[in-house]
Amino acid sequence: MTKPKMSGSKAIIESLRMENVEVIFGYPGGQVLPLYDELYDADIRHILVRHEQAAAHAADGYARATGKVGVCLATSGPGATNLVTGIATAYMDSVPIVAITGQVPRPLIGNDAFQEANITGITLPITKHNYLVQDTKDIPRIFKEAFYIAGTGRPGPVLIDVPKDTQVETIEFEYPQEVKLRGYKPTYTGNEQQIKKAASLILKSEKPIFYVGGGIIFSNAAEELRELAECIIAPVTTTLMGMSAFPTAHPLSVGMLGMHGTRYANYAIQESDLIIAVGVRFDDRVTGKISAFAPNAKIIHIDIDPAEIGKNVRVDVPIVGDAKNILKSLLKFVKQEQTKTEAWIKKIAAWKKEYPLTYKKDNFLRPQFVIEQISEICPDAIIVTEVGQNQMWAAQFFNYKNPRTFISSGGLGTMGYGFPAAMGVKVGKPESTVIDVAGDGSFQMNSQELATVVQEDIPVIVAILNNGFLGMVRQWQELFFNRRFSSTCIEGSVDFVKLAEAYGALGLRAKKKSDVKDVIKEAVKSGQPTVIDFVVEREENVSPMVPAGAAINEILDLE
Amino acid sequence: MKHTVAVLVENKSGVLTRVAGLFSRRGFNIESLAVGVTENADTSRMTIVVSGDDNVLEQVMKQLNKLIDVIRVSDIPQEDSVNRELALIKVGVDSNTRAEVMQIVDIFRAKIVDVGAKSLIVEVTGDESKISAIEQLLRQFGVKEMVRTGKVAMNRGAKVVQSEKK
Repeated sequence: MTKPKMSGSKAIIESLRMENVEVIFGYPGGQVLPLYDELYDADIRHILVRHEQAAAHAADGYARATGKVGVCLATSGPGATNLVTGIATAYMDSVPIVAITGQVPRPLIGNDAFQEANITGITLPITKHNYLVQDTKDIPRIFKEAFYIAGTGRPGPVLIDVPKDTQVETIEFEYPQEVKLRGYKPTYTGNEQQIKKAASLILKSEKPIFYVGGGIIFSNAAEELRELAECIIAPVTTTLMGMSAFPTAHPLSVGMLGMHGTRYANYAIQESDLIIAVGVRFDDRVTGKISAFAPNAKIIHIDIDPAEIGKNVRVDVPIVGDAKNILKSLLKFVKQEQTKTEAWIKKIAAWKKEYPLTYKKDNFLRPQFVIEQISEICPDAIIVTEVGQNQMWAAQFFNYKNPRTFISSGGLGTMGYGFPAAMGVKVGKPESTVIDVAGDGSFQMNSQELATVVQEDIPVIVAILNNGFLGMVRQWQELFFNRRFSSTCIEGSVDFVKLAEAYGALGLRAKKKSDVKDVIKEAVKSGQPTVIDFVVEREENVSPMVPAGAAINEILDLE
Repeated sequence: MKHTVAVLVENKSGVLTRVAGLFSRRGFNIESLAVGVTENADTSRMTIVVSGDDNVLEQVMKQLNKLIDVIRVSDIPQEDSVNRELALIKVGVDSNTRAEVMQIVDIFRAKIVDVGAKSLIVEVTGDESKISAIEQLLRQFGVKEMVRTGKVAMNRGAKVVQSEKK
């Protein structure tokens, strides 16, 4: 059989089709013109963003919501460097995206040509892997490998830099059936001996606790987690990345742990005798002062990335592999056995009663109230967040039921992430109500995407908790810098309703508690891209709070 | 504490940057580095000497393993391996000192590979301490220039570091 002859650009499009790519978020430019010319006729949806950073975040949001690999595209030089923040965000949170960048023609590489940037060099520390196409014939193999690497093992971003001359050169196209990578063989099944050891620790434990993160979501292991937790009768705490992996309202849920975690989650971790850590990395925002973390606990650490095990804490039983597989096997070993956690569960229930997550219930419009109302009116919404106070309140006060319904930049903490990510989420999940819980600061970092959501008819709702401050930084200044609000007051920077209207979106505002329900309902009903300006109490703090560097049971109440 | 790590990598461009970049990003210190092709043309072997305790070594090895172009990483224990470096040392000599220098070279089983009117180039191979020792001795004559390779190392006996586990 003869192989079809085609240009490098066409080969890229064919490769994307082989990977079942439905949508690309991108922005054209000089060095990707041949590729855009091919896209013109292709049956792949291209969403034109207004800044390349948004393309990367949108691909990321799409990937987190659907579990598929997200794709973004930019030209060389500034186009490529504008992707960097989005790629770093995806890298820190292990999100599978493939970023395609144009590059100057091969003979010009290294000459400081117009719009040349060494993007493979720049993204070396923030990609799982990256490629520079040096031989046009390699395009099918590189794309095959890139999608495979991005989506398997511990997922992550992969960048492919494509010089313009390789986009026009003709090759014979044959998409490889399988990848051959000597240096990449992720482990999926856990070692049986280790699983047995873990099971015996679990059966001996009187105060076990699950500490779970993004790994549960990426491995689609929420169901297995729930079964195992119910079988052992152990409480479950999640990291920010693990929000929505376990139902908030489940009796065994103790919510989020760490810096802004619930008191009872942090107390439970500190007093536990066994931590079953799944798909987490013992980040400093979770552990607080590491030497004082869970002093009495043995630790079982389940993760697909062997390098995470033993990185920050000493582990008693490491198990490398896929969370879903391992939780399933663990369940087999403990299913018929009796655990002795009754007293522990009672103690936790008492803590939950004594220290609930709460806020002042008065006449002022407080941001937590807004989140609670969203939760009530849109119980099945996918919540995307910006970064800062809005993110923490969204994590604390929404009632999550299903995995992949809380989407947030955890590791890198990228302000400006939420809105473009929400756009990607909505494209991947058009049937869902998608709400970006935003701050007035974060939203302004990528508000230009209002043009995209209007033009492409992507009806996301942006719920701005507008306090006229860069709120989280202001909170730290209040607590640790003697209320000297250096460069954090942004009050009156823009009229968000008019801003929305200027782009052709719907703009709504709520200033009173009694307005909140109506505007949310109106936004949902409108079916349009909507910005809601919730003018909230200006100096509300995220509470509880563990100061940086303190042990996680040294908690401040800031109500 | 120093550890010697043998790293088998794909023999293609950019791999050295990935490995070196990893060390700097994670705050690991490279004491020495040597790279060359192996018995398979498509595989290169890096010998990296890294300083740090056992935890650092473990993280270095795990992080290296995560690189897609890294095929295999193994720790080469000092006591059970052959370790070699090579150095070229240009020593200033005159008719009075030339004989003495040649004697030192003999004792160390080094070689003189270039002779000029006022200088010699000494080629010496051995472990780090041997090379340091001859360098010290030659200093009194005036070392004009010295170049030293990174260490290469190989397990003694039947144990091998290969890309495919047998």
